[in-house]
Amino acid sequence: MYGIGILRGLVVTARNLVRKPVTIQYPEESVPQASRFRGQEFTWFVDRCTGCASCAKFCPLGIIRIVTDPNGGNEQDGGTYRVDTFDIDQARCMYCGLCVEACPYDALHMGSNFEAAQYRRQDLLITKEDLNGRDKHPSTWFRPQLEREKFDPFAGESKKWEDTGREARFWHPQRPEMLPDDGDTRPTADGEYK
Amino acid sequence: MHTQPVIVNIGPHHPSTHGVFRMRLTMDGENILDVEPVIGYLHRGSEKLAEERHYTQVITLTDRMDYVASMTNNQAYVLSCEQLTGITAPDRGQYLRVIAAELQRIVSHLVATGFFLQDLGAFATPLMYAMRERERVLDLFEMLCGARITVSYMRIGGVFQDAPAEFWPALGKIVDELPAFIDELEGLISKNEIVLSRTQGVSVISGRDAVNASITGPVLRASGVSWDLRKAAPYDVYDRVSFNVPLGDQGDNYDRYIIRIREIRESVKIIEQCVKQIEPGPVRATSAMLFRPPVGESYVPIEAPKGELGFYLVSDGSIAPYRMHVRAPSLINLTLLKQMLVGWKLSDAIVSFGSIDVNMGEVDR
Repeated sequence: MYGIGILRGLVVTARNLVRKPVTIQYPEESVPQASRFRGQEFTWFVDRCTGCASCAKFCPLGIIRIVTDPNGGNEQDGGTYRVDTFDIDQARCMYCGLCVEACPYDALHMGSNFEAAQYRRQDLLITKEDLNGRDKHPSTWFRPQLEREKFDPFAGESKKWEDTGREARFWHPQRPEMLPDDGDTRPTADGEYK
Repeated sequence: MHTQPVIVNIGPHHPSTHGVFRMRLTMDGENILDVEPVIGYLHRGSEKLAEERHYTQVITLTDRMDYVASMTNNQAYVLSCEQLTGITAPDRGQYLRVIAAELQRIVSHLVATGFFLQDLGAFATPLMYAMRERERVLDLFEMLCGARITVSYMRIGGVFQDAPAEFWPALGKIVDELPAFIDELEGLISKNEIVLSRTQGVSVISGRDAVNASITGPVLRASGVSWDLRKAAPYDVYDRVSFNVPLGDQGDNYDRYIIRIREIRESVKIIEQCVKQIEPGPVRATSAMLFRPPVGESYVPIEAPKGELGFYLVSDGSIAPYRMHVRAPSLINLTLLKQMLVGWKLSDAIVSFGSIDVNMGEVDR
């Protein structure tokens, strides 16, 4: 009979009429985010950064600008390179996270914020001072050490670099003796390295 | 009375064109006499951009081609790179890729179905139901890889990282609830008399024409040709799961719609089997980010939600591809547009175009 299909559709609509709405009223409430969410507010630990510019080399858009300056003389005598400039041009950043994956010292982490709008274009440039001054709420993206301790980037406290474990050196081994014997670079299931 | 055909431009800025597609229609009243598709409004030069980025960086470009189905773009690209470099992904990585790709197929088919019904005049309700379920799958992607659309999840030699612990219960919940949702969507639409009379027998593509025009994916299978690359040339772990390839018999708009609904059900089955079969282990064969593949070329076609997707890569031994060419299913599925539309009314043109499920990001690249 003509019309049965339409009636059946109306039953579905009526059932949905009494269902709880799924709409979120955004500015007042927001959707729960995953801890791996890749967003702005990059966390950068200046004490770990050597200015090697791996992040800048692996950025597909080339928006990270790093200038380093030798500081304190000879490297053999404990002198280090000072990072003079660390600019991220967020206006063009697509939050792919390849800079974080490339960092061999776990110095750069993704952030969890997504409300990045600014009134002026130059405000979208993150400088070294911005990165140093802000609270550290690193995303757990490509940071298994944070994931293992069930770190929640949306909880209140700011993360210190001393408490953030280092794992990227197992992904980017620089010398063969840094590798475990069988060449396996991943942690075991309980988080320990062989 | 003297009459003459009138030329009507639909698009590039028209809500029914799924992006920036322009149809130059020659009309005799409501009847379509001629169709001329005009494309290229969303050209971003991805293939050229790939030549100056190294192999890992190109993954971020593939996200943006078919932006409704980023995971399968990633998969096609990394499979092609793996053939070039000779790396094989470990089992768990392959299973994770298949789970992600099938979830992406569900998302893409939901979007295709929702917008197809929207074009048909079923205003907003089925689309919103489809989008509601899509959101839940995108939440899974956010758990997996931190992004919902531009995922960049897969890497050459596997996936970038293992799934977090909370991913598996969330996946199980969605897999349990999706069939009930599909029943609901079918109850809402599939037997609706208006939908049936508007779609059955409209814009028929015969199997012979579809094969001759290199059409792939659900559009080809709706014409009754059993060709699915997951069965015909299995990649990753598709040879270890069992599933059916749903086929249509008419090749009309209704078949193209119902095939997608049936494929969502099959995708759910594949995910269930993968979750049963997956075992702990490494997810990535190599931690390297820079590759210098030997001189050569590679092409691995996969069954993307819209059809056969493949990345043809030429290596000259350097860290970046010498040439990348994308075999985009959306573009090639558009080739029969004129044959589909001529002789039908203007309102059928919108529906038939929606039934091909093209994505302009992939057509123009």
